[in-house]
Amino acid sequence: MKFTLSWLKDHLDTQATAEEIGDVLTNLGLELESLENKAEALAPFRVAYVKEAAQHPNADRLKVCTVDPGDGSDVQVICGAPNATTGMKGVFAPVGSYIPGIDTTLKAGKIRGVESNGMLVSEREMGISDAHEGIIELDPDAPTGEPFARVMGLDDPVFDIAITPNRADCLGVRGVARDLAAAGLGTLKDDPRLAAVAGSYDPPMQWRRDLPAGAGDACPYVGGRHFRGLKNGESPAWMQQRLRAIGLRPISALVDITNYVTFDLGRPLHVFDAGKVKGDLTMRLANDGEQLEALDEQTYTLDPETVVIADAASVQGIGGLMGGQESGVTPDTTEVFLEVALFDPVRIAKAGRRLGLLSDARFRFERGLDPESADWGEAVATRLIQEICGGEASHLTAAGEIPRDRPQIDLRVKRVAELGGLEIGAKTCRRILDDLGFETAGSKGGDGEVIQATVPPWRVDVESEACLIEEVLRINGYDAIPTEPLPPLTAVPQAAVTPAQRRGELARAALATRGMNEAVTFSFMSSRHAGQFGGQVPDLHLANPISSELDVMRPVVLANLVEAGARNADRGFPDVALFEVGPQYISAAPDGQETVAAGLRAGHTAPRHWDARRRVHDAFDAKTDALAALTAAGAPVDNLQVSTDAPQWYHPGRSGALRLGKQILATFGELHPKVLEAYDMRGPVAAFEVFVDRLPQTKKRSGLTLSSFQPVERDFAFILDAGVPAEDVIRAAKGADKDLIAEVKLFDVYTGDKLGAGKKSLAIAVTLQPTEKTLTEQEIDAVGRKVIEQVQKKTGGELRG
Amino acid sequence: MDEPEELKRTLLAEVEGAETLDDLEQVRVSVLGKKGRLTQQMKQLGQLDPEERKRVGQALNAVKDAVQQAIETRKASLADAEMQARLERERVDVTLPARPFDLGRVHPISRTIEEMIQIFGAMGFRVAEGPHVEDDFHNFTALNIPPEHPARQEHDTFYRRADGRRRPAARCCARTPRRCRSAPCERSRQPPIRVIAPGRTFRSDDDATHTPDVPSGRGAGDRPRASHMGHLKGTLIEFCRAFFERRRPAGCRFRASYFPFTEPSAEVDIRCSWDGGQLKIGEGDDWLEILGCGMVHPKVLENCGIDPQHIPGLRLRHGDRARGDAEVRHPRPAHLLRFRPALAAPLRLPADRDAVAGEGPVIP
Repeated sequence: MKFTLSWLKDHLDTQATAEEIGDVLTNLGLELESLENKAEALAPFRVAYVKEAAQHPNADRLKVCTVDPGDGSDVQVICGAPNATTGMKGVFAPVGSYIPGIDTTLKAGKIRGVESNGMLVSEREMGISDAHEGIIELDPDAPTGEPFARVMGLDDPVFDIAITPNRADCLGVRGVARDLAAAGLGTLKDDPRLAAVAGSYDPPMQWRRDLPAGAGDACPYVGGRHFRGLKNGESPAWMQQRLRAIGLRPISALVDITNYVTFDLGRPLHVFDAGKVKGDLTMRLANDGEQLEALDEQTYTLDPETVVIADAASVQGIGGLMGGQESGVTPDTTEVFLEVALFDPVRIAKAGRRLGLLSDARFRFERGLDPESADWGEAVATRLIQEICGGEASHLTAAGEIPRDRPQIDLRVKRVAELGGLEIGAKTCRRILDDLGFETAGSKGGDGEVIQATVPPWRVDVESEACLIEEVLRINGYDAIPTEPLPPLTAVPQAAVTPAQRRGELARAALATRGMNEAVTFSFMSSRHAGQFGGQVPDLHLANPISSELDVMRPVVLANLVEAGARNADRGFPDVALFEVGPQYISAAPDGQETVAAGLRAGHTAPRHWDARRRVHDAFDAKTDALAALTAAGAPVDNLQVSTDAPQWYHPGRSGALRLGKQILATFGELHPKVLEAYDMRGPVAAFEVFVDRLPQTKKRSGLTLSSFQPVERDFAFILDAGVPAEDVIRAAKGADKDLIAEVKLFDVYTGDKLGAGKKSLAIAVTLQPTEKTLTEQEIDAVGRKVIEQVQKKTGGELRG
Repeated sequence: MDEPEELKRTLLAEVEGAETLDDLEQVRVSVLGKKGRLTQQMKQLGQLDPEERKRVGQALNAVKDAVQQAIETRKASLADAEMQARLERERVDVTLPARPFDLGRVHPISRTIEEMIQIFGAMGFRVAEGPHVEDDFHNFTALNIPPEHPARQEHDTFYRRADGRRRPAARCCARTPRRCRSAPCERSRQPPIRVIAPGRTFRSDDDATHTPDVPSGRGAGDRPRASHMGHLKGTLIEFCRAFFERRRPAGCRFRASYFPFTEPSAEVDIRCSWDGGQLKIGEGDDWLEILGCGMVHPKVLENCGIDPQHIPGLRLRHGDRARGDAEVRHPRPAHLLRFRPALAAPLRLPADRDAVAGEGPVIP
């Protein structure tokens, strides 16, 4: 919402500067977005008299001008504009001025051998428009030496403020002025234009409503007048200047008047060219498929939910949105029919959205208009039309009724302090509410002092006591509320996160410590790729995605990391280690989402280096990462079993799942070559997914047991069938003596000709940890025999000779 | 028999002449060993008459002492030389590059959220969680957002595609930033409640300064009959002081605003300066908008089963711009953070960062 300082001062009697006003607006919740004063940028440019424009001796297209900048001196300026002539009034910029249009600060110099001390400028050079056919020619009466901005009315500071959706009343300058006055920045002036106007003849056409039962609220009221003998020329300069200042293009007096009232008072209006309307105008619902070419030259196809304004023949306007082209006013218009209507905000919002039509009228109607503006809006419009276009106004014609209920809300004064933290007396509360246009009365009861406030019709947002408290606090200023620390609930605060919530943080820290970089990717991904990751959940397909690359909620966190890895590789960084701890989506149910710590390593383990071994990543890198994250998050990693049923996006022969019983806590492995192909990525890529939410509740830590007896280590090598899982051997060895065997480490895997086809050798180191006494050789040998026996029994492995 | 002085000179010369520890040992054995020359002479002392034996014995003992001492000295000096030679042999070129290592990094957004949790945690707030895919009631109605509120319009909210047709599904949508996860929490709890809900929210809005996936934090605090707007201010000012590491609680501005789920509502700005294109928090004449807040709207409390007559609630909706906060708190070249996080992957930047950081997904 834009307006100028002089415009505001039409409504507000104030001595405050534009900057002071801007600060108060922001504090009131009418946030100042910009305050622009063109006069500052245009300060060097002044009206100058061109005493003489003579031909340049050395250039056909240049003129040597003698300019009087207003101080009686003669300044010589070389000018290339074709329209520079003796006796004209132009705009002069002296040496030292900054010329925004050409981004140059002027210096004295010689052009083709003749001195030039300044510049006569065009609009483009001043940065105020694109016009550059020649230098600006001002009115011959323009006072020499005057600032250009003042002569052109550009010295009026322009405010641009953001209006929150609840403050429809501030979509007109008068509403803004009322808030400022209540905040103590001046007084709201009476507006004599709001009083009713008498007409002089019976209107030749009537306003009518024809709405089906139950839809009367669609347009509760419409009123207006007929005008005749008008002259629809240009609107007056003051009106044009204001409209231009807020970014509107002046069109004709009648159109400008409707726009002006819209921004001045927040009251949208429309005028029909009465000569082009057949019979009366009626508010009705559109017939399905009816069409209208609106003033924006677009043709809209209407439906029966939309209110239209129709004459005897056809639709002439869409209610609350836009008038029709056919009945629009032209410079030749001499008779008009004024529309001042009320509409249902919800219906306007829906219709506007369906039609994709955004207008200043819709913006105001859908936020809720003062119903009584139908009265005074009509009066102001009638006055302005007669003032500017002359002619006569008819008596009023109207249909329906203006709702005039004004809700009354009680404000318990003590509640201001209870909710606001600041005691504000009844007197001040009433003063503030009165200034905002409420009518108040005071009383005393069981609840202490109570103010009965009658809500003014323009404050459609005020509906409860809390709203009144907000108004009082807002106008009184949030700065005045004393700051208080929140008293502690307990002397030492409880932990902010539960152990379950903390697991994700622990996994994150562990993975970062392992040299991986955390990414935070979208919760969305492309349905095109979702198929690679088990297909998207049909329930989680977006109806209105940002782009086709982000049209489903991701079923798998890993998918976005693969995409990130591919992008990095495309840009010349194939060696990446990425992880993310975030949500993936299984269904739309409240429990249909799960926190996952996923990661991948692509490319080589290290850069080329004089002393580092360099290899590609494999499934065991992923397994290690997954176990590190699980360990950090408190999973019982010693009890996990590995199975080979990782999901389809992993290489089936190089992947696995880490299970606790039936529950899969993590999956890991190299990505399936098909997935890599889909992302145009070179493999192998090692990836893992840790399902943080599935970890069992961490039990209390068991105490640390230390033994004072020396551990003993014995090595064994077994020859087995190549297909026997290594884990079976380790498990069998561990099971040989659960009390004595503390650890089994697998330290060598060998396959080769010596063993024959289909065989492999696994070497393990078994650590015996006695707790009661030092072991004898015989005891050690006995355990060794049990190990060999168990491995043989469980896996068929033979001790290697 | 040689004269002892003569013998001493000879033996000392031999000790001095030993070039290695082995040579020295040979000399020692040849002189002081069982069959060593000095040992032999000592053995012959018995054949001398007592007078003579005493004189010669003393002289030989003096020779023995001198030789022994010379051997020790020579031994130390040879060991020293040998150590020097070994160290010289073991010399390497320490200017060769070190072995490669990677320091992983936690994303600035995660760090920011963790810091927020810590600060609010110290004030007694706890983290509440909730689903990202919400139904209409929890996303809008419970929060006093009427059906025609712009937030419900398709261009603000992501809707799911129902039954396979391209049609906004009224029932479910990805939660908008307006959605505060404290609503379900409030429904299941009674005051006092102090919760924050950091995490992802979604907005159908995507350009250089907006992202559809908005990390944000929100909090709500309630205390029977005792929390008011002054506490809200106190909490947030204290948060800003801690978060932006300012000693004094200076430079916070509360100004009126509007949110459907709070009343009164406020936006909070912090003082900042953009001098020289560099953002500095806590000084200067500019304001940086960082959060919205307010007292929980009575209707929201009613929707959550809390009697608003007795318990005013305060709601802080901080860090709607957690990304911005991250930028402020963990200063980086701005363009590195402002891009779409989705594709945020740590490109390893070469020394000349600008060479690759022109556009797209880059995080430091």
